[in-house]
Parts: sequence; structure tokens; C-alpha cells
Amino acid sequence: MDRPKIVRYEKPGKVENYPCGAIRVGTLVQDNAGWRILKPVIDHGKCVMCLRCFLLCPDGVIDKSGKILEIDYRFCKGCGICARECKVEAIEMVREGGDEDAG
Amino acid sequence: MPGKKIFISGDEAVAEAVRMARPHVISAYPITPQTVTVERISDFVEDGSLKSEYLHVESEHSAMSAAIGAAAVGARTFTATSSQGLLYMAETLPYASGARFPIVMMNANRTVATPWALLSDHRDSLSQLDSGWMQVYCEDAQEAFDMILQAYRIAEDPRVMSPVMVNLDGFILTHTYEMVDLPDQEEVDAFLPPYRTENRMDLEEPRTVCYASLDEYMEFHMKQEFDMRKARAVIAEVDRDFGIRFGRQYGGLLEKYRCEDADAVIFTLGSVTGTVRSVIDSMRGNGYRVGLVKMRFVRPFPEDEVVDIAEKVKAIGVLDRDLSIGYEGIVFSNVSSSVLRACSAPAMVNYIGGLGGRNISKDNIQEMFLELLRAADGEKGKRVRFVNVGSEYDG
Ligand code: SF4
Ligand code: SF4
Repeated sequence: MDRPKIVRYEKPGKVENYPCGAIRVGTLVQDNAGWRILKPVIDHGKCVMCLRCFLLCPDGVIDKSGKILEIDYRFCKGCGICARECKVEAIEMVREGGDEDAG
Repeated sequence: MPGKKIFISGDEAVAEAVRMARPHVISAYPITPQTVTVERISDFVEDGSLKSEYLHVESEHSAMSAAIGAAAVGARTFTATSSQGLLYMAETLPYASGARFPIVMMNANRTVATPWALLSDHRDSLSQLDSGWMQVYCEDAQEAFDMILQAYRIAEDPRVMSPVMVNLDGFILTHTYEMVDLPDQEEVDAFLPPYRTENRMDLEEPRTVCYASLDEYMEFHMKQEFDMRKARAVIAEVDRDFGIRFGRQYGGLLEKYRCEDADAVIFTLGSVTGTVRSVIDSMRGNGYRVGLVKMRFVRPFPEDEVVDIAEKVKAIGVLDRDLSIGYEGIVFSNVSSSVLRACSAPAMVNYIGGLGGRNISKDNIQEMFLELLRAADGEKGKRVRFVNVGSEYDG
């Protein structure tokens, strides 16, 4: 999956060195799933590859390039939209820190 | 090659200057008394003498938003407004300044409602003093023309990168016809080269604007403030260069007129300056030691210049065509805070006049000077006085 690199952001040491207006992007400064409480887990036995979740995930973190769908948990924010929209109930929202370890 | 002299109004002078500055994008919504400016500019775009995109937007809020969008991809932009239009646009002003887009905007100074009125005072622009925009006030149509060109040079200077609001008193300047010297386009192009900036969105090198990090919010604004302080020197430098090229110079942040040995000076903004000049000339003829400080820029504020004046005179009057209701004139507050840094303590009087276009006559100004000269001799009077009021008042 084509993901931006994570590049740790260094604060400019001096106020004078802060950028003037627009700042350079194209890299992510950190993964952003720190606040996720429930994470989506796909049951690949049930999944019919309709790609509804892929289309509706607001963060675009569901990868369809492989044989099965894969969720990039570094960026999934746990909103549950994929689970709600899956017509065959192939996605379950599982509490973080539980027994399931899909990350 | 010499330019030409033409007989035009202040509004038209601004439009002519915009044509010569060659902005890529103009977005504007007409409002009295700025209307003629944006009509003329749209004529120029229509007849092909100005190759710009002209966006007829549906409001002032959109006018500034469109200018911001265009500036975000590196365009030179122009917009113009007045009064209620400026207030409607107010939300977008710090977006432009915070993103460090060198937008140039003409503001035709007009009072704000209520009571509803169309005539001039400075309550519209001065209400936006904290928006991160530079503000310059013009005395006549020629200065308005020249300041549009200077404004682009100042705003686009990489040391500054901040927007400029060029203010003209509504009707008094916008609708009065004067001879204006238009330079040759080639000379203008040499003074104001095409705008190039790194501060823009770019497909090859993606950037973001309106970026917010709670951790660094303060540092971003500190950088903005430090660059705005640098603008003081840039303003003086651009004025000098303009003088060398076009033979007209304005003194940078402020102009002192007959201040050398003055006991009392009056600070002015905008068109009333001319009236004060002529009162000074006639009072000087009668031996009164009076002078004028024409405030040109209010942001950045000419702090050191004001301190220097305060150390040389005995009384300062500040003629505000505005009023911060509940305190005093806005310019007076600003001038006073710099005067506090001076080694001496001149008497300070605030004259509030010209609200909603009320006339400020030569007699009014002479009375101010006479009162200031008495204050210079130690007479105690009121701190805030209202000028040319039709009815009696206690206060
Ligand atoms: S919506 Fe459900 S069935 Fe469709 S691809 Fe996603 S997980 Fe599979
Ligand atoms: S939980 Fe939300 S963010 Fe995570 S994969 Fe599902 S839709 Fe995308």
C-alpha cells in the first residue's frame, strides 16, 4: 500500500527559523491511532470483497492490493464506519488491548 | 521615457496603479465609495489592457477568500473594499496575514453603521488594526497611486511577506479629481518585478497553509511579529527607491512637516493632513511654532519616530477620525503608548473629529493648535475633546 513515510518533526530551534506561511508537507509527522478504543477486525472467511468498507473508510486505510483486505492500524482511527457499512457483518469492532491481536 | 499626467479621481488613480502593478487575480465586490475603482479595473480587464483574472464575487468575504486562494498558488492579487464590506470580510483578514500572503487591498474609508452613513471616517480600517495587516493612509490621489505600487513591493519583500491595506478617505479622496502623474510602464516593471515566492502550494513540493499546531501556535505569530518589525526598515527603503526612480518620496512610516522647532504638533491620518498643512503655514506666518506629523503607517507602528518627536515638542494633539467607544481615539492610544517611552512628557490632547464625514475646518484646526500651545505652557485641559460638534455637551 502506498503510504506516506513517517518523518519525525523537529521544531525549529529559533523563532526566526519558523517558516513564513505555508509549510512543507508530504510526510506524516506521526501515526495517529493513539486514541482508538475499538479496532476493526475483518473475518476474511465472511468477507465477499465487495469493497464497500474500502470505499467508505474516511481515512483510506483499507488496502485492497493483496488477496485479502488489510487494515493499516497505524492510521485507522477506530470510527467503526467499515463495520457498520459491511452488509455481511464481516467486520467486528474489538476492544483495544483485548485478546485479539490484529495489529 | 516620461509618463503622463491625467486628471482622475482617487478611485481611478488606484485602478490605474493596479493596472500597472499587473496582478494575476483581482477579486472584488463593489461598495460605495470604492465602486469606481473596481468598475475601472473590470473595464481594463475587459479591454485587454490588464491581463488578469477578474472574479466578480458575491460578497467581500468571498473577495478576500478568493484572493487568499489565488495567493496560495503564488498569484499577485488585488481586492478593494470599504466600511461594512471590510467588516464583513474581517474574518478572513487574519487568514491572509497568518498565511503570509502579500495581498494588496484598497480600503475606501467610510464610517460604520449605526447610524447608517456613507461619508468618511477611519472606524472601519482602525477596527482591523490587530488583523496582522499593514495599514497605510493616503493624503491625495497621487499618494494613493504611488502607495499601491509601493504596497506590492513592501508586501512581497521576502523579509516582510504580509498584506497591506491602502486607505483613502471615502469621497474626499475617492471622488475628488486631481492631476496624477502616471509613470511609464517599463519604469514600474523595473520597480516592481514579477512576484515569485516559495510560500505557495505546489504539486511538485506539497505544502499546507492554515497549519495549526497547538505546540507552536505562539511561535508562528512571534515570527509574524518579528517580520512585521522588519517591515519598518523595508518601508523606508522602498520609499527611498521609489523617490529615486519617480521623484516622489513620502517619508516612509510618517512625515514630519515644519516640526523642527515646533512647540505643538498635531498627528493626522489621511486627507485632513492637507488642511492642517495650510493652517500651519498661515500660523507660522504669524510666529506660532506649530507642526504636523502625518501618520502614514499605523501598522507597523512608527514607534521610534514618535518617541523622537515626543522628546522635542511640548504638546501633542492627535486628531482621530475614529473613536474606540468607552475609551478614546484609537490613534491617540497608540501614540500615547510610544510617548510613554520618551524621556520627556509632552502634554497630550486627543481630538475626535470628522466622524461620519463631519467637516474639520481650518478654524477648528487653528483652535486645536492654540489650545495645544496653551497646554505646552502648562495649562491643564481635557484629555479628549470633540471637534466641530453642533450641540453643546458635558464631558
Ligand atoms: S464491506 Fe465487508 S464484505 Fe465488503 S469488502 Fe469490506 S469486509 Fe468485505
Ligand atoms: S474503523 Fe474507521 S478508520 Fe478504521 S478501517 Fe474502519 S472505517 Fe477505516
